[in-house]
Amino acid sequence: MNRIIKFVILDILRNKIILFYTILLAMLSFSMFSLEDNESKGLLSLLNLILLNVPLVAIIFSTIYIYNSSEFIELLISQPIKRNKIWISLYLGLNTSLIISFIIGAGIPILLYSPNLIGIILIFIGCIISVIFTSLAFLCSIISRDKAKGIGMSILIWLFFSLLFDGLIMFLLFQLADYPMENWIALIAALNPIDLSRIVILLQLDLSAMLGFTGAVFKQTFGTGWGILFSSTLLILWMIIPFMISLRKFNKKDH
Amino acid sequence: MIELIEVRKKYNRLEVLKGISTKFNQSECIALIGPNGCGKTTLIKSILGMVLPDSGEITFNNKSIFNETDYRNYIGYMPQIGKYPENMSIGQIVEMMKELRGGHLSFDEDLYKAYKLEQILNKRMRTLSGGTTQKVSAALAFMFNPLVYILDEPTAGLDPISAEILKDKMLLEKSNGKLILITSHLLSDLDELVSEIVFMQEGELLIHQTVDELKTKTGEEKLSKAISTILKAQLK
Repeated sequence: MNRIIKFVILDILRNKIILFYTILLAMLSFSMFSLEDNESKGLLSLLNLILLNVPLVAIIFSTIYIYNSSEFIELLISQPIKRNKIWISLYLGLNTSLIISFIIGAGIPILLYSPNLIGIILIFIGCIISVIFTSLAFLCSIISRDKAKGIGMSILIWLFFSLLFDGLIMFLLFQLADYPMENWIALIAALNPIDLSRIVILLQLDLSAMLGFTGAVFKQTFGTGWGILFSSTLLILWMIIPFMISLRKFNKKDH
Repeated sequence: MIELIEVRKKYNRLEVLKGISTKFNQSECIALIGPNGCGKTTLIKSILGMVLPDSGEITFNNKSIFNETDYRNYIGYMPQIGKYPENMSIGQIVEMMKELRGGHLSFDEDLYKAYKLEQILNKRMRTLSGGTTQKVSAALAFMFNPLVYILDEPTAGLDPISAEILKDKMLLEKSNGKLILITSHLLSDLDELVSEIVFMQEGELLIHQTVDELKTKTGEEKLSKAISTILKAQLK
């Protein structure tokens, strides 16, 4: 397995887009910390930027990369290598490269300006979000053979989770204001990995004002301790489930 | 060596393989022929595990290939259109394949040398012409001393000299007791090489006979004529 992962990582790290992504993250992080006078404000602004950019790059870069590797995959499939191994190696290789560039681009500035628990949790969240959206990218690219469709689907997923979801929840809550639905809506809100990550950080910071609508409902329902446990479990499921579905499909795919 | 039992495959509604049963033995050179879209490539890819049949069984040395990958150590495969990662150079591809198919101490570099690939090792795959890509595919298929060669339209994109080199190599390996499975349209190409003919049409296996049988039966000297006589007889 190691050989394929090695090929994938070397191939990605030579890619200019990943270099650009690292530099972009570094610029964003340094400017956020220097714009805000107080480090925890800087951290919050950075959190929002990370939750917008990292999923976008992770899902689109991964989707395009998987489509572009179709030749590589086809070459490997006719060789004495298990299909599971090919797909898992690709997943690990992509994740490792994205995490490396996140840690270099955003991790180093965060540790320089805010070397505390919250900073470390933010770095973790960035890595977890990269993995989750890579996992979704694997699902998109196995569902459709058509590259344009697959990339379109991944853009829609990003748009849905980062922009549309909160609005939808808000709409639901106002529509159903006459019914005691808050708890249910907190559960539905937990289905969004981006909201979940934000909640994990903000529950740590204990800044209710910054939680956003979903976060506020979430905190009210679950409280801090259970909230963190529950949301971490869900995040782990988000990392695994889309990829497992894509793995099953890949094992049955004809080339 | 390779046995197929009632292999069926459907792509959506299109039935590509309609219950193929046959057997390929050692030291044979088998030509898989038939019109375009008759299921030749699908059959080959099923043997390689790239396409998963809906039903039926394929065995390699009496062991089912279902969920197996080790048997591919004994197969050298040359695809119809070789697809390689565009940014890798020939040298990197060769190195990667050597690493991936580890455990080999010596490599069969006859074709690699005959095609003078070491002179263009630094060329990237996307800059290669179709013919050169075919040469790389051929060199890779023969590199790991397999027991079975599966060659999908091997001479289609090659110039006459390179095609001749490949044919000589196939003859040599056949005499070494290897099984060679070729698909081709150009029957004239295969005259001196092929020992058995498998003719497929619309997903069905119409003929599986040795060349000698075929020739004596039809009284024709040329392979292509013998086959067309047989087909005409069948159509009536």
